[in-house]
Amino acid sequence: MDIDLMMRVYPFFLTAAWTTIQLSVLTALLGLAMGALGASARLSRFALVRFIGAAYVSLFRGTPALIQLFILYFGGPQIGIQLDAFEAGVIGLGINAGAYMTETIRGAIISIDKGQREAGRTLGLSQWQATYKIILPQAARLMVRPLGVNLNMLIKATALVAAISVVELTYTAQRYIGSTYKPFEMFLLAGVLYMIIIYATGRAVAWLDRRVQIT
Amino acid sequence: MSDKDHFVEIRHAQKSYGSLEVLKDISLNVERGQIVAIIGPSGSGKSTLLRAINDLDPLTGGEVWLDGVQVNKSLPHRQYEKHINEMRQQVGMVFQHFNLFPHMTARENVTMAPMLLKGLSKAEADKLAEEQLDKVGMLDRIDYYPSRLSGGQKQRVAIARALAMKPKLMLFDEATSALDPELVDEVNMVMKKLAEEHMTMIIVTHEMDFAASVCDRVLFMDQGVVVEEGPPSVVFKNPTKDRTREFLRKHLAGAA
Repeated sequence: MDIDLMMRVYPFFLTAAWTTIQLSVLTALLGLAMGALGASARLSRFALVRFIGAAYVSLFRGTPALIQLFILYFGGPQIGIQLDAFEAGVIGLGINAGAYMTETIRGAIISIDKGQREAGRTLGLSQWQATYKIILPQAARLMVRPLGVNLNMLIKATALVAAISVVELTYTAQRYIGSTYKPFEMFLLAGVLYMIIIYATGRAVAWLDRRVQIT
Repeated sequence: MSDKDHFVEIRHAQKSYGSLEVLKDISLNVERGQIVAIIGPSGSGKSTLLRAINDLDPLTGGEVWLDGVQVNKSLPHRQYEKHINEMRQQVGMVFQHFNLFPHMTARENVTMAPMLLKGLSKAEADKLAEEQLDKVGMLDRIDYYPSRLSGGQKQRVAIARALAMKPKLMLFDEATSALDPELVDEVNMVMKKLAEEHMTMIIVTHEMDFAASVCDRVLFMDQGVVVEEGPPSVVFKNPTKDRTREFLRKHLAGAA
């Protein structure tokens, strides 16, 4: 194993890791927003809205994220969508992650005992007041860990955007392999950095989960 | 017709789930300050009837009136929501499984609705919470989360939460059925106290002794109809219907 080489190139990998982190954060934020929208749609009292929510989930969970990225980035210009690679990466992965988060958020919401809403409605709260005062604060606590799993998957999925030439960790590793012919060292370096990001995220999620529990 | 003179009036209540009819043409009047117990076997429709009073389980036919206003008015969705929220503020409800909000302390459980719906300030609401929790003997646990309270304590907080809205009518849906036997009394004591203050109450219960001691009137329901009703002395001691006798015999034997 060529440790010297790894020491020489790792600063470039750190820069790439920063791009991966930025991608992850933006994707997670878009995913959360889409997940919140999707879950609201799935739980709507209007059948048409529920159908749209369900269609979103099955469409984006039912096809490879890579295909979704390719359609957006390579197919987009054909239908008038011009995005640079980073934008396409964030939007493509964010919409994809949102489909998974829709189910996570919805699952947490429907797991709250229906007596909770009833108790609120009985006091005179409106449907919406009962939702944001009673249901969501409880559901939010239940969501932390499963959303953490979504986040873990999402960070790993950012590797896919190497295929549309976003200069993040995986793409950087591939590029250095081209000039060094050392795939083992280069992918190992990328792998270690992914692991550090994911480990740190996992700890943050566990910390948050402990913080929000009611004692 | 002077029938709207009654404080609570249920007229020809009918409720079906598909082809299953759980309430069959029930009419019932309750006067201000009266305490009415509804007893009967499970599946008799007693909880459904109680929950129809604040429209938690909407009737499929018939009317519910409270203090001269029809509860289950037919209105467009948005107007109906506004109307029903106003009606429900006047009706307190206590559930078998307490349904306290687990993410709120006892104090917050009590203050949330008055602050949100009646615009009470934090200070006013705190004072109200202290009064109501004191009344149910829970002042010393005011800042406890429900997870640290016993069943009886939870139910007393739930009663305080309902009372904080200053309801005209209290509905109890098997308020002590989920409690360990030794915790039943502390909840019954609170209900008795309300009875002494002439709170109008409709109580679905399995506790015949309690019903006999506090209620003005007892309804025995079975299979969606009121089989027999009258003062507890009559219904419990000298029931006229076979089904009532049968139920009481089984129930009292089971309880002993």
